[in-house]
Amino acid sequence: MATTQAAAPLGVRRRRRSWKGWQFVGPFMVVFALVFLAPIAYSIYLSLYKNRLIGGNSFVGLDNYQQALHDSVFWAAFGRVALFLAVQVPIMLVLALMVALAIDSGRLHGKAFFRVTIFLPYAVPAVVATLMWGFMYGSQFGLVGNINDALHTSLPDPLGSHLMLTSIGNIVTWEFVGYNMLIFYSALRVVPTSLYESAEIDGAGQFRIIRAIKLPAIRGALAIATIFSVIGSFQLFNEPAILRPLAKNVLTTGYTPNMYAYSLSFAGQQYNYAATVAIIMGVITMVIAYVVQLRGAREI
Amino acid sequence: MTTAVQPSRRTRPSAIAHKPYRRSKRRSKTLTLLTSLVAIYSLIPLAWLVINATKTQNGLQNSFGLWFAHGKFALFDNIRDTFTYQDGVFLRWFANTVLYVVVGAGGATFLATLAGYGLAKFNFPGKRGVFATVIGAVAVPGTALAVPTFLMFSKLGLTNTPWSVIIPSLISPFGLYLMWTFSAQAIPDEMLEAARIDGAGEFRTFFRVSVPLLGPGIVTVLLFTMVATWNNYFLPLIMLKDPNWYPLTIGINSWNDQAATVDGQAVFNLVITGSLLTILPLLAAFLFLQRYWQSGLAAGSVKE
Repeated sequence: MATTQAAAPLGVRRRRRSWKGWQFVGPFMVVFALVFLAPIAYSIYLSLYKNRLIGGNSFVGLDNYQQALHDSVFWAAFGRVALFLAVQVPIMLVLALMVALAIDSGRLHGKAFFRVTIFLPYAVPAVVATLMWGFMYGSQFGLVGNINDALHTSLPDPLGSHLMLTSIGNIVTWEFVGYNMLIFYSALRVVPTSLYESAEIDGAGQFRIIRAIKLPAIRGALAIATIFSVIGSFQLFNEPAILRPLAKNVLTTGYTPNMYAYSLSFAGQQYNYAATVAIIMGVITMVIAYVVQLRGAREI
Repeated sequence: MTTAVQPSRRTRPSAIAHKPYRRSKRRSKTLTLLTSLVAIYSLIPLAWLVINATKTQNGLQNSFGLWFAHGKFALFDNIRDTFTYQDGVFLRWFANTVLYVVVGAGGATFLATLAGYGLAKFNFPGKRGVFATVIGAVAVPGTALAVPTFLMFSKLGLTNTPWSVIIPSLISPFGLYLMWTFSAQAIPDEMLEAARIDGAGEFRTFFRVSVPLLGPGIVTVLLFTMVATWNNYFLPLIMLKDPNWYPLTIGINSWNDQAATVDGQAVFNLVITGSLLTILPLLAAFLFLQRYWQSGLAAGSVKE
């Protein structure tokens, strides 16, 4: 698998071991310990305690986890992001892959133009992306409203309860399709061209080449893009949180697990339970990422 | 965030970047047309943003979204108002964002470059442990860390200060990964040996010999950490209460939200113009530095 190939950095020879390397790696690891390891440890600690009005902070073992397992708000939120994951991620990745293959095929007019324009939305902050789409979705001075006025139609409200998840999916797709395209495209660029040439001489058509050579060659990139889209979906927060003022009834505070954890801790002061929710989501994400082949990345 | 690698069975990044164009093939109109649809999809919201930044608050409500309003062309008024509204707080947010980006993304790139180089070029006790920890921790969703990080920082008295946004931005596992592969490929061991034989210290060797060779990798990591910091929303949202420390993203969203509050003034024209001003620097950076980041990415395809 491609991901494992880079495992042995080219330049590393069997050198004598010395502590010198720590001069370079040390600073990174100190900050890393502070912003990654310490919070993980701290949230595990938090999840095992409960803060009661009477009695104060006390150890409760796995009570918080028990509570979460029976928490219908949490599971509804989980179901929503799982549905989002099942629908949005494949659409986005397939679209990104098709564009990457098209650009890589060398059959496009102006391929540099496409590569850059389709990537551009990635540089737009989620806040701005969501505000723009939110305005466009709006029935007041949004495009949907414009179209309704002009054609006397009554298109369904993109911010209504039926279409909300689709509308969010569209925003996320818009933001990341170019980014994923670029990952796939960069991976395609390092496939040796001689492979295509010999395949063509053997009479293989374009689709055959894609299936037999290109896709297997970028399997590592596909796995990584999938893993990070899974993580992104489970962490869904920015888009629904920013759209919320436009549709308070649809976008409840427990719309996604992250929004739920956020409102638990900042509106409800239930830090212990919020940490528990965060840990459960973290574990589920890790398990799924593992299933999608984190193993490849691990061996690095 | 992270890390995918591209096969290092290939050659150096520079060779990859200049891969000779394949045998010229028939260009396809159909394929170009289909790809154009995706390009149009990518560009429409940006076009909408530019067009609507030229409208007044009234014009926004009374005109078709994808065309200019009749009457006043208000772009310059909007820009002026964006900068002067609420005593020029937009400029303050802009300055904050620049501070977070320069220190956060700059620091992240620096730490990642040092560490990536260290991992690629030294053999030291605990190296395997470093990998295992970093790769393992990266799989933990970032937002799962946000709440405990907030609680920790509030105990340390760091919340509501710039440090609360900067410190977590200093770690870019993706940057570490990219610099590691890049260092391994771009710096020949012989050059390091030569510098050492000449008696140069490790840091001197690093800055004099290695950094110049790491250019495209550094630019790539810098751009992607800049985007991450510039676009950061969740972290400053939980860490900062004082509007004077807001970055642009939080600030603009607060203008947008104020329309929904009691007595709140709707300033959607400023929200839109402010958004446009927010994205311009990044779009410009990506466009102008294309050559660098595209060859940097080719060394290892990446995802954060």
